[in-house]
Amino acid sequence: MDVIKNSEEKKYLVFRIGEEEYGADIRKVTTIIEKNMSITRVPRTPDYIIGVINLRGDIIPIMDLRKKFDLPEIEDTEDTRIIIIHIDDILLGLVVDSVVEVVNLTEESIESLSNFSSNLSIEYIFGVGKVNGRIITILNLENLIKLEEI
Amino acid sequence: MDTSKYLEIFIEETKEHLLELNQSLLQLEQNPGDNSMLDSIFRVAHTLKGMASTMGFNNMSHLTHDMENVLQALKNNEIQISTTLIDLLFKCLDALENYLNCIIENGNEGNNDYREIIYELNNLLNGSASSKNINAKPVTNIGTYKTEPQTVKEHPTANMKISQYERNVINKALSMDMNVFKVTVVLDKGCLLKSARTFIVFQTLEKYSEIIKSVPSVEDLEDEKFDFEFSVIVITKENADLLEKELNSISEIEEVIITQIDSSSIEDKAESDSKEADEEGQDILNAVANIIKEKSEAEDEAAATSVTSRKAKTGKTVRVDIERLDVLLNLVSELIIQKTRLEGIDVGKKSQTFTETVEYLERITTSLHDAVMKVRMVPVEAVFNRFPRMIRDLSKELGKQVILTMSGEETELDRTVIDEIGDPLIHILRNSIDHGIEPLEKRRELGKPDAGRIYLRAYQDGSNVVIEVEDDGQGIDIEKVKKKAIEKELLNKELANSLSEEEILDFLFRPSFSTAEKVTDLSGRGVGLDVVKTKIEALGGTVELETEYGKGTRFIIRLPLTLAIIQALLVMVGDEKYAIQLSSINQIINILPEEIKLVQDQEVILYRNKVIPIIRLDKVLNVVKKEDKPKKKLTVVVVKKGDKLSGLLVDSIIGQQEIVQKSLGKFLSGIKVITSATILGDGNVALILDVNYLT
Repeated sequence: MDVIKNSEEKKYLVFRIGEEEYGADIRKVTTIIEKNMSITRVPRTPDYIIGVINLRGDIIPIMDLRKKFDLPEIEDTEDTRIIIIHIDDILLGLVVDSVVEVVNLTEESIESLSNFSSNLSIEYIFGVGKVNGRIITILNLENLIKLEEI
Repeated sequence: MDTSKYLEIFIEETKEHLLELNQSLLQLEQNPGDNSMLDSIFRVAHTLKGMASTMGFNNMSHLTHDMENVLQALKNNEIQISTTLIDLLFKCLDALENYLNCIIENGNEGNNDYREIIYELNNLLNGSASSKNINAKPVTNIGTYKTEPQTVKEHPTANMKISQYERNVINKALSMDMNVFKVTVVLDKGCLLKSARTFIVFQTLEKYSEIIKSVPSVEDLEDEKFDFEFSVIVITKENADLLEKELNSISEIEEVIITQIDSSSIEDKAESDSKEADEEGQDILNAVANIIKEKSEAEDEAAATSVTSRKAKTGKTVRVDIERLDVLLNLVSELIIQKTRLEGIDVGKKSQTFTETVEYLERITTSLHDAVMKVRMVPVEAVFNRFPRMIRDLSKELGKQVILTMSGEETELDRTVIDEIGDPLIHILRNSIDHGIEPLEKRRELGKPDAGRIYLRAYQDGSNVVIEVEDDGQGIDIEKVKKKAIEKELLNKELANSLSEEEILDFLFRPSFSTAEKVTDLSGRGVGLDVVKTKIEALGGTVELETEYGKGTRFIIRLPLTLAIIQALLVMVGDEKYAIQLSSINQIINILPEEIKLVQDQEVILYRNKVIPIIRLDKVLNVVKKEDKPKKKLTVVVVKKGDKLSGLLVDSIIGQQEIVQKSLGKFLSGIKVITSATILGDGNVALILDVNYLT
């Protein structure tokens, strides 16, 4: 990646799963919805694919990130959200505990994972960004989709 | 000029024009005397020429230009319509299609200049030129007009000969107090498009006057067979100044010389003129007097029809990307779902106005949905209209006379189906000509008419569209098929005799099964009917075959009206709703639990004296059931995959419903048991089962 781009600021959507904060490139996020619609289970899928929803006429698969990241299940709360991401013709909804905010990060401020430990499998993590002392795990959404095509 | 942004329009329009050309040519071949067809062909050639040269496709415009010459000669009865000529025009059409395909693929027309076609075209014309001279009307030399000597020298065309008939017309015009002018126009030496300039000059003149003669002839002018000047004689009510002013306002014109022709300038021989010429002259004069701005009546009419026919083509249609329609359809579906939700809202005591509004909304959304679905429909004509040409070529190639009769071209199908149905139909039609229709001698022997007949029919039947291909050929020899099946070890001898005719014919749809004894270019390679069947089934349709040996064969293709909407049966499995495509369902039966037997670890039931496997959907789909009380009666949906039946065990039936199919998207494309999904009236998603995979 070239130098100029590295110092450019990018916006990340920060959301929370359990105690940890995660970030997703906001350009890949289509919309955020509440998790109040009925979800149709799809047979013969991994358990973290909790089903499909109808969002304005589009059928969108929903992935539960808690299940995906092997975290204990919790009941849905008022803050539970589905983040719809759009990558290469694929729409996918990610269930998160809550959506926090949008932050600006330069790419150079995102550290690669080598000096950081996480309970996440490394291919889903793009790096770790720091904002005001908070640590935000930036997800590699492409890999989340690519590696999971069923 | 940057023409790239027009390229798409050019391609679309050229496609339409070529289609029209194709149809007109076919009609012309059948009714060589039909001048309106000739006119339409001419018009298409002319339009294409203009379009191609604007876009800078020079080879294409050259070809159409030479086509136009030949057509002009045809219109003028200088040459006669012959098979060679029609063949040649078809060759031109093919060449133009090749250019177009090249343009579509590469953005340029390619290097093929079809020299031989152009050469042949010109040959035809030159061949006619000599005969034209023989047939040419005798021209009387009546001397020159009072023009200045140097003008005559400078402008050879001004020194024109006037025929008796023309002189007659001139005299009449003069007697009616009209002006007759000889207009000599000299084009700029740097003029590139001489014929175009000439055309503009003619148009300008025609606004104010009637052109009765031109030197060189109009055809030569159009072909640019002149230097830089030409002369015309016009009859007008206007004066010379106006004409001069108008003509001088056209660019690239060097000089305009207008000389008045009066009675003294032509010898008066009116008395000796034939009556016929007199009458004709009168006609023209009337036309001039009455509608000076208009052309002669015949031309006028032709122009009028050409205008209306064009309006019909361009005025009523709008091209829309199919994706935009999909978006629209999605929005409408969404609207319907929201409407259903609105209906369900409990607002305490519903006021009458609320109920009425919701009812009205319901009617509107239903009509809106229908309207959007209709927009996606395309008449099968879009596929059918390439067949007459194909049949014509095939019948020539095989030396068989074939008459194709088409009906129901206006029957509409979803766009996606239309795009896919062409190839299977071509296969079947080829089969009919190649295998179905007998050679001429054999037909005569059998007392059948020389020309074989093929009928291509389309009609709507409920929610299906049926396309039939019928021929009056030799039909299919069931015994031969049986023999072949045994030979190929698809069938054993004992079983062969117990099979019904239908079941035997079904072998024809198996891969690599061909009964044709000799392999031709067209068919008989054993690839064909199986491909046809696969394709049609992929479209959610079916194909049947009826045949009577010696009398003919009929293929019956049934297609769903649209791919997007299907008839489905909604069933409950546990708490989940699933849809099963109705076309794959054979029957719904109730059975007692003890009717299920175990054969080699597979649950089966006896259904119509056949043993069919039972598939428990709750197990296959991993449905978690809250309570699993043993039921007294079980509901089984018997589905068919080809001729194989299976029973799907479900918990209950909800009912039959028209559903909109929606893709599950790439992410879930790997799930085999589900083909797609649909959105139910309550906004929830139901999954559509893939019966072929389940069984």
